[in-house]
Amino acid sequence: MNPSAGGAGQTLTRVRRGLGDYVETALPKIVLGPTLLCALIFVYGFIAWTAWLSFTESRILPRYDFAGLVQYITLFANDRWWTAVKNLGIFAGLFIAFCLVTGLLLAILLDQRIRAEGFLRAIYLYPMALSFIVTGTAWRWILNPGLGLEHLVRQLGFEHFTFDWIVTPGMSIYTVVIAGVWQSTGFVMALFLAGLRGIDDAIIKAAQVDGAGPVRIYASIIIPSLRPVFFSSLIILGHIAIKSFDLVMALTGGGPGFSSDLPATFMYTFAFNRNQIGLGAASAMMMLMTVVAIIVPLIYSETRRQRHG
Amino acid sequence: MAEPYRTQTAGSHLIGRAVIYTLLVLFALYYLLPLFVMVTTSLKTLDDIRTGNLLALPVQATVDAWAKAWDSACTGVYCGGLKGNFLNSVSFVLPAVIISTLIGAFNGYVLTMWRFKGSDLLFTALLIGCFIPFQVVLLPMAQTLGWLGIANSTAGLIFVHVVYGLAFTTLFFRNFYVTVPAELTKAARIDGASFFTIFWRIILPLSPPIIVVCVIWQFTQIWNDFLFGVVFSSGQRQPITVALNNLVNTTTGVKEYNVDMAAAIIAGLPTLLVYVFAGKYFLRGLTAGAVKG
Amino acid sequence: MGALSIRNVVKRYGPVQVLKGINIEAPDGEFLILVGPSGCGKSTLLNMIAGLDTITGGEIAIGGRIVNDLSPKDRDIAMVFQSYALYPTMSVRDNICFGLKIRKVPKDKQDEIVARVAKTLQMEQLLERMPSQLSGGQRQRVAMGRALARDPMLFLFDEPLSNLDAKLRVEMRTEIKLLHERLKATIVYVTHDQIEAMTLGDRIAVMKEGEVRQLGTPQEVYDNPADLFVASFIGSPSMNFIRCPVVTDDGAVGVQLQEGTERFVFRAPERVCEGLRLWLGKEAIVGIRPEQITDRSAWSGENPHVVSRSAKIEVVQPTGPDTLALIHLNGTPVTCRVHPEAAPRPGENMSLMFDLSKLVFFDPASEKRIT
Repeated sequence: MNPSAGGAGQTLTRVRRGLGDYVETALPKIVLGPTLLCALIFVYGFIAWTAWLSFTESRILPRYDFAGLVQYITLFANDRWWTAVKNLGIFAGLFIAFCLVTGLLLAILLDQRIRAEGFLRAIYLYPMALSFIVTGTAWRWILNPGLGLEHLVRQLGFEHFTFDWIVTPGMSIYTVVIAGVWQSTGFVMALFLAGLRGIDDAIIKAAQVDGAGPVRIYASIIIPSLRPVFFSSLIILGHIAIKSFDLVMALTGGGPGFSSDLPATFMYTFAFNRNQIGLGAASAMMMLMTVVAIIVPLIYSETRRQRHG
Repeated sequence: MAEPYRTQTAGSHLIGRAVIYTLLVLFALYYLLPLFVMVTTSLKTLDDIRTGNLLALPVQATVDAWAKAWDSACTGVYCGGLKGNFLNSVSFVLPAVIISTLIGAFNGYVLTMWRFKGSDLLFTALLIGCFIPFQVVLLPMAQTLGWLGIANSTAGLIFVHVVYGLAFTTLFFRNFYVTVPAELTKAARIDGASFFTIFWRIILPLSPPIIVVCVIWQFTQIWNDFLFGVVFSSGQRQPITVALNNLVNTTTGVKEYNVDMAAAIIAGLPTLLVYVFAGKYFLRGLTAGAVKG
Repeated sequence: MGALSIRNVVKRYGPVQVLKGINIEAPDGEFLILVGPSGCGKSTLLNMIAGLDTITGGEIAIGGRIVNDLSPKDRDIAMVFQSYALYPTMSVRDNICFGLKIRKVPKDKQDEIVARVAKTLQMEQLLERMPSQLSGGQRQRVAMGRALARDPMLFLFDEPLSNLDAKLRVEMRTEIKLLHERLKATIVYVTHDQIEAMTLGDRIAVMKEGEVRQLGTPQEVYDNPADLFVASFIGSPSMNFIRCPVVTDDGAVGVQLQEGTERFVFRAPERVCEGLRLWLGKEAIVGIRPEQITDRSAWSGENPHVVSRSAKIEVVQPTGPDTLALIHLNGTPVTCRVHPEAAPRPGENMSLMFDLSKLVFFDPASEKRIT
């Protein structure tokens, strides 16, 4: 304790900080430390690692000598990869579109002060609680040509009805769309419903006073004000689509052949089944770059819009 | 939603309502169909399946398929049913949920009540981890688990799910604690409470709502996971989702669709039950996570 | 004992300087108010006194000890927050005891303190309730009880009455004042409400943009504001400011005013004459409070410093106890306070009494008062 002269002849004594005080200040950082470390190592570090692998000639075992873009060249020359990419485009496009439209429709319907709304909502949403494997397994059975839906409709009298998409190379990817939409629409519906409920009643009343009919009100006022929800849903659905692995594995196994392959199944097959670590790594990096290329600009443009709006 | 616009006649209003209800019911059937099919098929005999169709009820309901799925179905080389894999899942899902929730709670607490320079940046960096496709970490992680000696083990799966679950759990708790007034922490500091005392005595008692949401979300995500399961475990150590997929994809002999369906239901039952009993918390979890996205 | 010493305290957030050198010496037992508009730094200063925020420069001493490096719990202070900050999952009793428990005060002493505090604040019947079951005023009382229980050297209040409705605010103000007189404790009280500042404080520090513009007793700050800002901030309705040329009138110094088509000079009071002379030929801003412009009924007999002038009344606003009348001098709107019964109708001319002894003058450039 050292005295220091204060004004007006007052002597002020200084009190030193205890060790405990230093620890207290450091504690928040100590607590976050492990999590930060995990993110640094297991997310960013691993991404770098995979990137490095994609620049090597690793096959069954990883090698770390730089081999340039040889894996990427191989990747882009691979037919199966391009099938996977094409499938991703088809799948993502249809999956997102159907989920958004159906989700919005269901939300609007449910918003009409329906009796048993809670019950219906629970029904639309329960698929989200299931694993994609369970979903895939169930739909695989339903879409089974000989014993499933096709068979059922034929038994109902439509003798020439065919629905064998799941075993048709060109059509198998669309079955993934059907199952995926079944699983994820409820979630989008929930988001839209929350959005609808959040709309200020006064705006709608003002529009009614102005003479707008219900369709007009929906088209011009309600749906535009749901833009943030569209945006959130788009991001999340896009994310689900790009990551889709479980569903394909359970529903079609990537088949017939590899006609319903997606980048995620491609990566798994080549990295772990075919012992082509380098190629698998390259495909994984391509997936990452797709996510970054699409989601980052979307987020950026929307946050900028929000800031100016 | 405001009152429907009242220029419609009573008649057209009724027709409108009828259309709405019809659509809703049709959709409900679309959603319930797979569940119905799964249950009925699992109770049928193979004869029933061959002679009947998707929607037909079992001629004579039997739980043989269930017994087989649980006890003796073949998931690859091993033919002991799903019971082992069910227990596998339980053994890593519960610890992973608890650990990731606990750490997430502490993280959320620090990020909202003890901000320091760069803590927001940290949070954003963490959040980005939610968005990456996990394919980019599979190869390094497989290697790392091997080095750590926990490849193909319960510990390994717990580790992986905790590490990659932290981003979400932190998000949940942080978004929740942001609504708690910061002055509460200030008052407690002046009262002399330490960092941990404040968490334990003041913040935690406020947290049950978000803890429930987080636990339900994590449980659902981790139980339903397939990717980590199939990459980081093999044989009898596999989680139930992987075992289910193996079971359904075995091509030896006759395809036993009833067993497949029974197995699918067994695999899906835990999360489905959680949903049935705690559905609204599940919903809160979804929307809480999505609001950030 | 509980004196507070703030010396050259500076606070910076990165490149932004939020507090620019604060100097305040508050003796033991003083009720010090920090008042100012939002953003002036008063809450930041309070947080720094409490130890909830770091001090970039300067020293803060409580009871003779420099506390710059001490954590809040070691500073022997108690704080009452605007949002009360009661622990929501604990009963009122537990809220009050929380700090005591941490300090390992024995149980019987705890009960004694709780009983004493509850009696002082008349909340014995609230002890077992939860915060969510209390009204705003009751919660505020519990927050004060929590502070009282600690028996600290220094009490800090951060806008504690802002969340209460007007009527409750007035009641609580009285309670706080009574409490201060009973406890004789040193209190630092932050508010943006100048009425609270005037009625509660022994001394007021009027702050703006990180500086203390004036530190003085309520009456000092009211009668002799240091600058234009303090003059306009304190007092409601606000002081009237009229820009006018400084002239001589028969050897005396004064300001020239115009009402309608009439021109006249108001003479400055003795104390200001010397200083005002320096502004001859230039413009100054004269400040006159509404209650210094009244009707005849307020003045009986002859007063040398009260002059009478006639002015056209533009707007009339009755407030109950008096009526505000708006006139124009030098084109500037000027509010006057007249007795309701003497109140004229808008558009009429009225004879008003101007009390010139209280006039204050400001330099238009520096905005400081001319002395």
